[in-house]
Amino acid sequence: MGIDKSIKNVEVKVLETIKEIQDQIISDFELFDEWDEKYAYIIEMGKKLAPMPEHFKVNENKIKGCQSTVWLASEVQDGRLVYYADSDAVIVKGLVSLLIKVFSNHKANEIIANEPYFIDKIGMQQHLSMTRSNGLAAMVKQMKMYAIAFQS
Amino acid sequence: MNTLINDIEPYTTMQGDLDVQKIRLDFPVLNQLVNGKPLIYLDNAATTQKPKQVIDSIVNYYQFANANIHRGIHTLAERATAEYEATRKSLSTFINSPSPEQVIFTRGTTESINLVAFTYGKSVLKLGDEILVSALEHHSNLVPWLMIAKETGAVVKIIPMNDEGELLIEEYQKMLSEKVKIVAINHVSNSLGTINPVKQMIAMAHGVGAVVVVDGAQSVSHLDIDVQDLDADFYALSSHKFYGPTGIGALYGKRALLENMPPYQGGGEMIKDVFYNSFTVNELPYKFEAGTPNIADTVALKAAIDYIQRISKVKIRDHENVLLAHATKLLSEIDGLKIIGQAKEKVSVLSFVIDGVHHQDIGILLDQEGIAVRTGHHCTQPLMERCGIAGTTRASFAMYNTLEEINQLQWGLTKVLKMLR
Repeated sequence: MGIDKSIKNVEVKVLETIKEIQDQIISDFELFDEWDEKYAYIIEMGKKLAPMPEHFKVNENKIKGCQSTVWLASEVQDGRLVYYADSDAVIVKGLVSLLIKVFSNHKANEIIANEPYFIDKIGMQQHLSMTRSNGLAAMVKQMKMYAIAFQS
Repeated sequence: MNTLINDIEPYTTMQGDLDVQKIRLDFPVLNQLVNGKPLIYLDNAATTQKPKQVIDSIVNYYQFANANIHRGIHTLAERATAEYEATRKSLSTFINSPSPEQVIFTRGTTESINLVAFTYGKSVLKLGDEILVSALEHHSNLVPWLMIAKETGAVVKIIPMNDEGELLIEEYQKMLSEKVKIVAINHVSNSLGTINPVKQMIAMAHGVGAVVVVDGAQSVSHLDIDVQDLDADFYALSSHKFYGPTGIGALYGKRALLENMPPYQGGGEMIKDVFYNSFTVNELPYKFEAGTPNIADTVALKAAIDYIQRISKVKIRDHENVLLAHATKLLSEIDGLKIIGQAKEKVSVLSFVIDGVHHQDIGILLDQEGIAVRTGHHCTQPLMERCGIAGTTRASFAMYNTLEEINQLQWGLTKVLKMLR
């Protein structure tokens, strides 16, 4: 009887809001005491990122930096943007997988309206640096560009 | 956490010669925590740290001497001028230039090379002439030549190297002909640490009447520089690579070349007389120093030269060689690590790649341990392509680095590899 009640109460929300996902990531990172735990998690995220379909790996989707190369692409499924990414460096790939977790499967207007504040909160703001042409800032900008392009 | 303490023993006397611990006290920036760990600064080929004597010199200049130089007749102007020109004399002696007027102050090596390309190069190069540039060059000793070649119709040809990172002198000999007007080579490679046989290469170039431009950005902190012994036509250098301030460097040139070259930029200082429709050019070195220069940093450069001379370059080099040998030995033991650049003659630069691991990941994680290394293509993209790699991790050592720091680097690398693999 109690079981039935709890099942009813736990409403499975497949599509959480961008804010909810960010807050979840922030609370996940609060569990880590040491830098290596944090980075080990990001590396794992990078290694587990779903492979990018080969046809997306073209020059137009390449964000080339002086350190590493990132591919970023999107497509529309049921009116929502789905992002794909890859990189030759695993930490960047892990960070971009967090961005995908936050922004993928959302509507263009939501993606445009929300800023990825979680980056700062999990202590990864150094990777936003504008001096890195393929830093997170460039990727966020590209993700928003795809959303703007889809909307117009 | 370190199992390699024993490795230090054979070298302790060498470190003792230099008194590294005393030297470290002169470098305030080294005494800090980065990400909660004591800073281990191994990015010296990018820029060296500054001793407090250099920092104090900048502060003193602004506190007691600041004025515009060369034209003022008041006391401060004379004081500032005297200090500025004292650096020129000091630098001239440091590289054994025949006279201080042959030392032109610039913003650094890049500006020095651009100056030669766009004055000397522009005035002598014609369609079909050749510029030989080595495969080891930094973008700053390649791109200006590509630019001037495009403008004049000259052709840039690349002096090849072997897999160890040594230039192929026999191939170079074959490339030399009457068509070659300029040879542009670095004394030391920033990416691989190779010391090039510039004296021999200059003599060979002179055999066909070519003029040689030497990029000395990476050599001055390690080697004794004697521009007359080398018989270099031009020698470019940057203060910040040898413990001096950023934003100041120099171009040494042979007097006859400098006198015949057109000026670089127009403005104050570089002129003798100006009329509404013409001007006459000032003499050396002012001819190439238009506008108010970076006076404070130039003044402080003398403090850096004094500092190096007091310590002695021979002792610095001996110490750096010990560090390089120790690092080469320790890092070679790391599984999958390959050193890029194994020239017989090298300065204390160690570039490497590790199987299946991206250099950027290594750099980010070492930084978390307070270890500063350089990762990427080191502004030598064509060289990286020649080596068949996208980039390397580069550790470069200076007089204040210790064997213990290299042990820490090996420990750090082992730790981050465990995380990444």
